[in-house]
Amino acid sequence: MSLFSPKGIRNDAKLVRNLFAPAIPQKPTRDGYGEGIVDAAAEDRNVIVLCADLTESTRNMEFKERFPDQFVQVGVQEQLLAACGAGFALAGKIPFITSYAMFCPGRAWEQVRTNICLNDVNVKVVGSHAGVSVGPDGSTHQAIEDIAIMRVIPNMTIVSPCDAVEARKATIAAAEMKGPCYIRLAREKTPVFTTAKTPFKIGKAEIYRDGKDVAVIACGPLLHNALKAADELRKEEKIDVMVVNMHTVKPLDEKTVRMAAETCGAIVTVEEHQVTGGLGGAVAECLAKYRPTPIEFIGVQNRFGESGDPKELIEHFGMGVGSIKAAIRKALKRKT
Amino acid sequence: MPHIHEKKIKRLELVANKLRQHVIEMVAAAGSGHQGGPLGMADVFSVLYFHELRHDPKRPAWADRDRLILSNGHICPIRYAAMAESGYFPVKELLTLRKFGTRLQGHPERKRLPGTETTSGPLGGGLAQAAGMAYAAKMDEKTWRTYVVNSDAEQEIGLHWEAVLFAGKNRLDNLVSIIDRNNIQIDGDTEDIMPIEPLAEKYEAFNWHVIECNGNDIGDVVRAIEESKKIHQRPVVIVAHTIPGRGVSYMENNYLWHSQPFKPGQAEQALAELKEIERKLKADHATV
Repeated sequence: MSLFSPKGIRNDAKLVRNLFAPAIPQKPTRDGYGEGIVDAAAEDRNVIVLCADLTESTRNMEFKERFPDQFVQVGVQEQLLAACGAGFALAGKIPFITSYAMFCPGRAWEQVRTNICLNDVNVKVVGSHAGVSVGPDGSTHQAIEDIAIMRVIPNMTIVSPCDAVEARKATIAAAEMKGPCYIRLAREKTPVFTTAKTPFKIGKAEIYRDGKDVAVIACGPLLHNALKAADELRKEEKIDVMVVNMHTVKPLDEKTVRMAAETCGAIVTVEEHQVTGGLGGAVAECLAKYRPTPIEFIGVQNRFGESGDPKELIEHFGMGVGSIKAAIRKALKRKT
Repeated sequence: MPHIHEKKIKRLELVANKLRQHVIEMVAAAGSGHQGGPLGMADVFSVLYFHELRHDPKRPAWADRDRLILSNGHICPIRYAAMAESGYFPVKELLTLRKFGTRLQGHPERKRLPGTETTSGPLGGGLAQAAGMAYAAKMDEKTWRTYVVNSDAEQEIGLHWEAVLFAGKNRLDNLVSIIDRNNIQIDGDTEDIMPIEPLAEKYEAFNWHVIECNGNDIGDVVRAIEESKKIHQRPVVIVAHTIPGRGVSYMENNYLWHSQPFKPGQAEQALAELKEIERKLKADHATV
């Protein structure tokens, strides 16, 4: 294990030292939620969990055991999950409504919009199994539209944590903030590369890597691929890539997006989501307003997912390290 | 027999009549909106706001108030009228219904008007929210009750039945659902559009206690709500049989008056009929 961060990684990011070691510990972001929800409930007895027949896979086992009276099983009723969650919030609770992202917010969109966001109540929507990395379950269970459908709703905050540590922090922060929040989680194990000391604040992007040629703005576990792509391009082609963790997709940290565009003049967005309507869309809308900049979009290109091994699917859908490197080169060429 | 004095019943009938007059004036002033449901439910709202609910119009956020959820948000004119008459806001504000800048939106919004409890309009969502509130009250060992008014057409909605399952499972005996069983929906008779009967048997099968009442008979509505308070371990549904458009001859039982703009003279005729009923009620009242 190296004693120092890889070259270019900012010290104040406080990332793990062995960032690109093959043996870097791996954990799904949903596990971070499972830890964070217990922390949050220990702080505030009004924190409750609503579960739709997915206790184990949404990582609510420990919460259920420790806070049985604050655990509500609703069965396979995702519309109820959202509407009933709004009711609990209206009566002063802080409900975390948990399911697969495909079903909530997916199936429950209108209840999230009307009962939660228009009502502006304190419900936290926790969508696990987002992205194609759900793997063998196939396209029916791979939510890659969830950020888009949440992003258009006023009052909604959207957080897409990059690893289990950040997911834990996001869960605690969501319980502390007032208002609706969507936390996007993944099923598959991914590298744990942030630490307890890594700064995290909802709404504030973090720059993990300085650079001046191209800026990569990423959210979710693919951020690790983005850091790796940047590291390889520095070594192989002397391309100097900035990497931004845009964990909060809404409200977008526009200041950081503009700064990245001003500094680098070209952007690549990275997300495990359709390239329309998600993080890429948000960044494009921002820069179209303030500073038109060439952007390349890494994500699923207007297709549905399919069954397969998670890593294989990430490669197949063009979100692997090689694809990100290609997008960075292309963005660099488009700079005038 | 309900524990209510004959005099109080007469007073609540007069209140209901007043609310009906407000509904006509409001919808006429707005140029759009719903008449059938609000007129049919005037007696139920009179009982709720002026007899049954534990509430304080001066403190709409009072923590221990009973909650009244209006699931079928489109009948909000009757709720607005009841709120204004009981002192939540000035009666003259009723005429701002559906106009730009109003707190009285076409479908109710919690954040705009304190006391509305939740935002509603898209059908089927009220019972689920009410069940969440009732469950939260039990968690906190609070004694306030949750009432939810919903329409018969909402009995066609999947989400609503999810909530029926949920409330039954959790034995929410602090939850009372009042169904406006007026047999009409936008396109016609409920039993032609999508039959929902046998309603009582369905609720019983879902572990609810069922009470039927004449929703246009104040005494019977009071009896039904009083009975609901005696039920333990089960949520209660009150199937309130009502006449849509009640009190206006040309509207009663005509599904087209679920909602349609008044033609010239129609609002005036409706008001004249309601005032005639008011005159008779007052004459009656004097003899009690």
